[in-house]
This record gives sequence, C-alpha cells and structure tokens, in this order.
Amino acid sequence: MSDATAINPPSSGANNGAEVSEAVIRIAGNSQDGIQAIGGFLARLAGRSEQEVMTFMTIPSTISGGPSIFQVRVGSGEVLSPGDEADVLLAFYQHSYEGHIGFLKKGGIVLYDSDHVDPKPEWEKEYRHVGVPISGLTVEAIGGTGKDKGKNLFALGLIAKMFNLEVPKLQQLISEKFGAKDASVLDNAMTAFSAGYSHSLGHLLETFRFVEGQKRSASQVVMNGNEALAYGLIAAGVRFGAGYPITPWSDIMELLRRELPKYGGTFVQCEDEIASIAMALGASYAGSLAVTGSSGPGISLKTEALGWGVMAEVPLVVVDVQRGGPSTGLPTNVEQSDLNIACYGGHGDSPRVVIAPANVEDCFYTAIEAVNLARKFSVPVIILTDQAIATRIEAFEEPKLQGLCQSLAPDLTPVATHKPYDLSIPNGVTQHRPPGTRILDGRYPVITGLEHDEFGHPTGSPQLHLAMSAKRRRKLQALADEIPVPKVYGPSEGRVLLVGWGSTQGPIHEAVDQCRCAGESVSALHLKHLFPLPNGLEEIFDGFTHIRVVEMNDEGVYGFGQLAGILRARYCNPKIVSVNKADGLTFKVREIIHRVCETVQDGMNKF
Amino acid sequence: MSAPITETAPKAGSPAQIIISTTPAAEPRKPLSKREIVADHPTWCPGCGDFAVLALYYKLIEKRQLWHERVTTVSGIGCSSRFPYFVQAHGAHFIHGRALPFASGVSLSRPDLHVFAFIGDGDAFSIGGNHFTHAARKNVNLTCVVMDNEVYGLTKKQTSPTSPVGFKSKTDIWGAVDQPINPMKQAIMAGATFVARTISTNPNHVLQMMEAALDHEGFSFIECLSECVEFYPGAFDGANPRKGGQFREVPPEHDRTDEAAAYKLASEPFPGYFGILYQVKRPTKNALEARINTNFRSKVQGLADWQILQQTFDRMK
Ligand SMILES: Cc1ncc(C[n+]2csc(CCOP(=O)(O)OP(=O)(O)O)c2C)c(N)n1
Ligand code: SF4
Ligand SMILES: [Mg+2]
Repeated sequence: MSDATAINPPSSGANNGAEVSEAVIRIAGNSQDGIQAIGGFLARLAGRSEQEVMTFMTIPSTISGGPSIFQVRVGSGEVLSPGDEADVLLAFYQHSYEGHIGFLKKGGIVLYDSDHVDPKPEWEKEYRHVGVPISGLTVEAIGGTGKDKGKNLFALGLIAKMFNLEVPKLQQLISEKFGAKDASVLDNAMTAFSAGYSHSLGHLLETFRFVEGQKRSASQVVMNGNEALAYGLIAAGVRFGAGYPITPWSDIMELLRRELPKYGGTFVQCEDEIASIAMALGASYAGSLAVTGSSGPGISLKTEALGWGVMAEVPLVVVDVQRGGPSTGLPTNVEQSDLNIACYGGHGDSPRVVIAPANVEDCFYTAIEAVNLARKFSVPVIILTDQAIATRIEAFEEPKLQGLCQSLAPDLTPVATHKPYDLSIPNGVTQHRPPGTRILDGRYPVITGLEHDEFGHPTGSPQLHLAMSAKRRRKLQALADEIPVPKVYGPSEGRVLLVGWGSTQGPIHEAVDQCRCAGESVSALHLKHLFPLPNGLEEIFDGFTHIRVVEMNDEGVYGFGQLAGILRARYCNPKIVSVNKADGLTFKVREIIHRVCETVQDGMNKF
Repeated sequence: MSAPITETAPKAGSPAQIIISTTPAAEPRKPLSKREIVADHPTWCPGCGDFAVLALYYKLIEKRQLWHERVTTVSGIGCSSRFPYFVQAHGAHFIHGRALPFASGVSLSRPDLHVFAFIGDGDAFSIGGNHFTHAARKNVNLTCVVMDNEVYGLTKKQTSPTSPVGFKSKTDIWGAVDQPINPMKQAIMAGATFVARTISTNPNHVLQMMEAALDHEGFSFIECLSECVEFYPGAFDGANPRKGGQFREVPPEHDRTDEAAAYKLASEPFPGYFGILYQVKRPTKNALEARINTNFRSKVQGLADWQILQQTFDRMK
C-alpha cells in the first residue's frame, strides 16, 4: 500500500469518517472461529460495491483446526496483492495478537477480544489498541450456545461500523448465506452482527469511509481461483473429469463433481492419480475433452500417462495446483516449483503445453484457453496454478457467458479416410477422431503410445521415429507462433526487467509501481505461456540492463530458479539472474524490491 | 451392453451431446464380414494361445455384427495387449496396467460404444491390480478379457502374479515362491458382476463366454487361459483334453448368483472349472451416474448451459 492512501493514525482525537482509498484488514483467530466467513463477506461486499478486493488466507494443515488468518485488502483503485502490512488487525486470542502484530503497520489499529487478549504495554505505544469483549458481548446478544458461531458476525459488525460499510448489503449477504438454514441460525447471525455494529466504540476509534469505487459497466463476481478455474472448464465445454483428492486441488474436483451433472457431465473420483489421468485420457480419446488434476505427489504419478497423451496426440487438460514440495512437502503452502515437471516431467522427448494463470480472473480464462489449445493441437495442456491463487478471493468483471460458453460434443461425422498421424501436414497439426467415427475406406486408427506410422501401427523405423518426433515438436512450434508477444508492464526499455509467471504477477506489478514512483527504472514481463514460450522475448530482454526472474522456488544447485533456468537455456542470456523465495509464503511487495535491489549492484536508477 | 446409437439426442449419462451419429438403422449395409475386421498380421509367436482369442473376437464381431463404429478395443502393454493392431476398428493401445481406467473413461463418456479391454495377467493383477479392483467394484459397463499365460511374455519370462509356486522364471530361477493370485476369486471379491473362465484351446467355449459378456450389463470379466508357447509351454495341458487334461464346465446346478458357491468353485485347484462362475445384476456406474444427471438436469430444464452457469454466477455476486 502506498502511503498516500494508507490509514494514518490521527495525531490526536477521532477522525470520523476520514476517506481512505483502501485498507488491509487481517483477521487472526482459530480456523473454527469462522474467520474465513468474515473475510468472505467483506470480499463479496467489495465485489458488490464496485471495489477491488484481494484476500489471502492460511489454513492449518491439521484437521482439528488451529491458528488461521484471513486477510482482506479492499480498495477503490487497483488491488494487485493482498498487502504487505495490515491497517487493522482483528485478534481473537493472545496467540493471534502476539503472532500477527508484526504485520500491522506502525500506528495501525489492533481490535482485540479483551476477553482473551492481554495487551502488552510496549505495543500499546506503537499501535492503537481497541479492546472489545467480543466473546462476552456475543454471549450477551445471542446466548452461550451460539457464541462460537456468532463471534465472527459480532466482529464483522465492528468492522462494518469502523469502515462505514453498507449495512443493508451486508445483511443481504448474511441472509443469503444463512437463509437456507434453520430460521434461528439466521436470527442469531443477524443479532450478533447488529450487536457488533451498534456496540459503541466511543471516542477510542476513528471511523473511515472508502472512496467510492469507479463505476463499472458490468457487475462483479467474487470467487477464489479454484472456483474460477473449475467454472472456466465448464464454460469451455469440459464435461468429463477424473481425479483423486489432494489439497489444494480437491476443491476443483469437488466442485466439478457437484456441478457437472447439471450440464450432463460426469466427474469420477478414482482410486488414484494414475487411474484419474488414464480415465480422463479415455474420455478424451472417446471425443469428450476431459480434465484431470492434482497437486504435488499426484502430479508425479501422472507423468507416464501424460507422455502417452503426447505420443498418442490425444487432447487433455491437466490442472496442477502447486504446493510446497518435494514429496508431501508443505501441503498447505505455496510454491512455484512444479514448472520443471510440467514442462519436462516424464521420460522421452514429450513436448506438451504449459500455461499459468496470473490471478483469479485469469484462472477462468486460462481454463478456456487450455481447452482450446488442447483440442486445436491434439496435445495435453497443463494449467499451472498454485495454492495462493487457489484459495484467494478476488472480485472481477462478470464474464459474458453467453458468448463464452462452448459446446464440445464429440463429432462423429463420417470421414472418407483418416490418418491419425498424417505426416503430410507441414505444421504437424492433425485432428483426433474419436471411436464411433465411421471411416469410409475401412481403415481404422489405433491410437498408441508406441512409436507408430501414420495409421498408428507400431514401427521401429528410425525414419518414422524422427518424422513423428518432428511432427510432435513442430505442432508446438506452430502453437508458439500463435501466442501473442507478452506486453512489458512499464516502459519497454530501462535498467531492470522483472520477469515472473503465475500468481506473482500482482506483487511484481505493485513492486514496479512503487519503484517507478521512487524514480527507479524498473519494468516487468509476465509470462503466461511457459511451454512453448512466446516468440519475441529476446527483443524485450535486449531493452534492459538487468533481468531478474522472480519466482517462488529454490535457487537450485546451479543458482537459478526453474523459470530462470529455462530462460537461460533458451536465450543463453547472462543478464538473466534469479530472485527466489521458497519459504512457502507469497512474495511481499517490499521483499521483491529489497531482493531485486540487492542483486542490482549498480542501482536501479536510470543514469 | 448398449444399444447402437442412431439418434443425435444427448444420451443420459453421456457427458456431451454427440453431434453426428453414424449408423442410421435404416441404412442398407451388406453384412460385416471377417475380411473387414482383420488388420495387421499378428506378431505373436507361432502357436501362441493369443491367436485363438483374436480369432474368436473376430467371430464375435462378425456374428453380432458389431460395426467398426460401435466397438472400441483397448489394451495395456504386453504380448496380449498388441491386440488392437490386429483388429480393423477403432482401438487404443494404452500403457502397462492402466487399460481399465482408460476403458472406463471411454465407457462412461460414450454409452453408444461396446468397450473391450484385452490385457495380460501382469497388466490386470500386478501393475494394474488396483485398477482391476476398482473397475469391478464400480461395475463400469465394459468387457475385460485377461489373456492369462501365467508369465510375463513380452518381457521374456519373468514371474507373473498368476505364475504357480515353483514356476521357474528368469526372476525365480529356483521356482516361484509367492502365492499366486486367483483371478476368479479376485474378481468376485472386488465386486465384478460377471466372472467367467475359459481357455483358448476350446474355441466354442471362448466365443460363448465372449457373447455372454457382451450381453451382460456391467463389468464383465473373462479370464482366458492362453498359453505362452515360448516361455511357459504346456502350462494349461491339464485343462486340455487333447493333451490328456480335463476340461470341466461349471456344473449345471451351480447357482451363479451365489457368491459363496462361486468362490468355492473358484478355489478348486487347477484345472478347476470353466464357464460363468458368477453373474449378478447390479446397477452399473454408467446407469448410476446417468440417474444423478437426470435428477440434476430436471432442475435446469430448458436452460442452455450458459444460463445454468449464469445462475451460479448470480449467486457469487
Ligand atoms: C510401467 C511399465 N513397467 C514395465 C513395463 C515392461 N513390461 C511390458 S509388458 C510387461 C509384462 C507383460 O506381462 P503380461 O501383462 O502378463 O502380458 P503378456 O506379455 O504376458 O501378454 C512388462 C513388465 C512397461 N511397459 N511399463
Ligand atoms: S512370448 Fe509367449 S505370449 Fe508372447 S507371443 Fe510368444 S508365445 Fe505368445
Ligand atoms: Mg502374461
């Protein structure tokens, strides 16, 4: 957050109704306190109020609950990251207070449950403390039994008061959430909310008002990245999927299992990830482009069958929601360490397509693009998303579904003749024809993972292996020619170019904005298409003195992160240097700036 | 299994509407003959039991007039799994052990197709053992023929999960020590709804089993003993009357729906019994999924796909 728009502590007294353009609110408690729900309400309210919003949350990896946070950044301008530091910390327990006060900006407000938190005098000097007996007052409002459920709504009421949020819209959201349940549940929720809202914060606390967001022509939808990706697949016409549960991929399969039947589709929970990709390939082979997906270990299991998809030239979409690895790794943390397996995983030369969404909205459109690339080029396409986008909520312009939704019904139109691996096509792009297609000359294809001739029959011929390898390679070269050259964020020439991929786009762009405000010559390039890479990157790289590849993975044995390694191999450009982070957490904007600064010894200013 | 597809309407349980159907019932077509079904000359060793299985599959296709566009032949990896190359019809040669989930994907998304998986004993009970169990319990509508030679043929004589104790292979030069899997028991336990055993040296019986499997609604499993003359010659002589063995059919009084009785028959030592040991009716996964879809579809009747999604998005504002 830039200082100009931050909530600054008033030098004295209350500052009622001060306008702010954005705020970062961190809610810290235990996972069973329903803090995700508060965050969800705030995010959806922002979506309905034409504001931008981004959230960030952590979930404990143990099932029984445990410390958890939900951070919401709401703003009237563009919100690119969940925020490096919080303006307001809502702390339910002593551990929440002590564990998160470090994220609060100096002078920020800590709103705490005085029934559970003993403030520390040394911190009282640095942060504005507002104690409210949240637990006690919730009991008072709705009785003891509902207190654990109502505390979050009481707190939401406090926040609503503090930021002058639109109460009717919030009440509407609450009734949408609880309306379907027992009437007493909704009653309790509303009562707790109102009790919080009407609790007098006295003169202890100033209130704020968000600058009105820009009027938008279309309304916004609010969802997390996994939801956006799954709905993107549905919009793209995917009607078959198969998977095996694993965090954070499971949400996608659960959603598809629940939603696909409405569209006449099916999602199958399989016995393991190998069966899942095999079943998805079976459906794709049979003419219904299918999806499978996983995270971490499950992706490793899929690689053999993925190679079959490449060799047999069967379209497929594979979703990889990256988490910390290797092995079981950090199941609920983020990492961008599957780029290598996505691009190269499996034995043999097996060119496939890898694309990565940059944010929640992009998850929706990336899914559609993946489907269309897979079909057009008869090749598996891997969508590399990650735990951070998977779970964060954003508001984005509602997609125009009528025009976007596609139908991918299997096309069984009889054909006169069919060579599944026709070598006469210069760019190597042939079309898969599903079983059920009548082929009038009576020669039917075998779709196979053995090296084959044009009809799919096995061959050991060196010439055919060369020709078929070239076919599979040329397809991807043809695909690369179609990818638009990515646009540089900021001027196309300067001292430092930050290169990123996937979910780091927001913080990288924000880092560029901040550097440029400070007079530094920094731009950014975001790569969505990771394999094959787009053309034209050499020319972009030529415009900068330093290239820093910012990614959430280890610097590796040779000192380069995974994308940096690929770019170095591809462009042999010694300017390419890595800026890695592999602590399982997302990049903070200031971390990017600091780390890049460290590696650019001669300064980031234009001389 | 399923009816030929003659309409373009969406099929219940089919994930997508099928655009153009292929065999209008009325279209006059001269009968399908073996000539049109035969593809590459098989690469098996002369005398391999797999030849007979292939010949009987041709017979089945011809007898039941399963036109090219109505069947799909799927396989794993192994000698037996070369099968699809020898059949002139749509086929897929998948990877070792995973033919059943692949075939399930075909079956679940295309109710208009007859799906056959021809796989080896290694495919079915070793690397793909888990898939066998789950395809069976899910009762996916397809026919799985395991060409059981009790050895790894393609990789040249290693112990297979069905090799008997004492079988001398390259990986057990002193004789196999591990208890073999009994495919019949395995299938019954896993929940297969059609469990049959046959042998390639008895062609009529093989065809009979294939026809019964084809007519069965659900996961139909045939274990077909098929001799590997190269690496396990004589393995099944004991079940071949021409070699002095005994071919015993399942006794006529056997109640196929009696799981315990079937299990008992399956436990008989070699050569055991041949025929349908177990057959029950249980809803297929295909039918169960179709039912779920019918329920959901009735709630969104008259809406285009984009409108259904729009309803969801309207709730996310
Ligand atoms: C993942 C994998 N592991 C091992 C192999 C090597 N392999 C090919 S076929 C086979 C065993 C074949 O035995 P079986 O399934 O009984 O078929 P058969 O050749 O006897 O018909 C093995 C181990 C392979 N292709 N893939
Ligand atoms: S090795 Fe055995 S199973 Fe393979 S083709 Fe020869 S005889 Fe048949
Ligand atoms: Mg074998």
